[in-house]
Amino acid sequence: MKELNILYFASLREAVGRPGERLPLPEGVTTLGALREHLAARGEGWSALGAGRNVRAAVNQRMAGFDAPLAEGDEVAFFPPVTGG
Amino acid sequence: MAVSVQEADFDAGAEIAALSAGRPEVGAVASFVGLVRDVGHGAQVTAMTLEHYPGMTEQSLAGIVAEAERRWRLHGVRVIHRYGRLLPCDRIVFVGVASAHRGDAFAACEFIMDYLKTRAPFWKREETPDGAHWVDAREADDEAAARWDESWEAVDPRR
Repeated sequence: MKELNILYFASLREAVGRPGERLPLPEGVTTLGALREHLAARGEGWSALGAGRNVRAAVNQRMAGFDAPLAEGDEVAFFPPVTGG
Repeated sequence: MAVSVQEADFDAGAEIAALSAGRPEVGAVASFVGLVRDVGHGAQVTAMTLEHYPGMTEQSLAGIVAEAERRWRLHGVRVIHRYGRLLPCDRIVFVGVASAHRGDAFAACEFIMDYLKTRAPFWKREETPDGAHWVDAREADDEAAARWDESWEAVDPRR
């Protein structure tokens, strides 16, 4: 089974204390939003991913809504709203 | 290559010249250069570090350029965005657009900047005398990008 490759950027990377991790698709998690809830439930710094926090995400390097489906092996990224330019 | 994401500085004059060199069909080149300012949200900024998402950044900028080429008649587009630690007065971003007439060049250049600011995965961290902090996204940037919305990208990242 191919693991998810999860990446965290900017203030979210600092809040969760790591740039990324590999994780088997958790049981019952089929969408980006469900993965976000699963990770936020770890508590402490992970609450930065919680509901009501201003979080954006990408699946396989494309911006995605939280209803986007997830599959084994996907690259998933969580980050705050972008501030380039 | 139309898009570069790099630590190194760029020469805006050379980039502008390259957009029309040997291309007599080009009648207009519009360009934009974004710079690091020494003021943030009321505080003095001594330096700024830009983080990005390698891979997605390039794809996202290429997608924005492709969309500009779909909307306007363009003869050339060049986008350069820097990352890493930059100081006030340093250049951050270059957008150059070549077309037959100024209308398409001005519009496409502004469109690319507005979309880049709300869609390309870059994050700024400012250093001030009171410490460093991540820059918050501005609503004005979302509003500027929304002006160009038609049906491009059905996905609303805020859902």
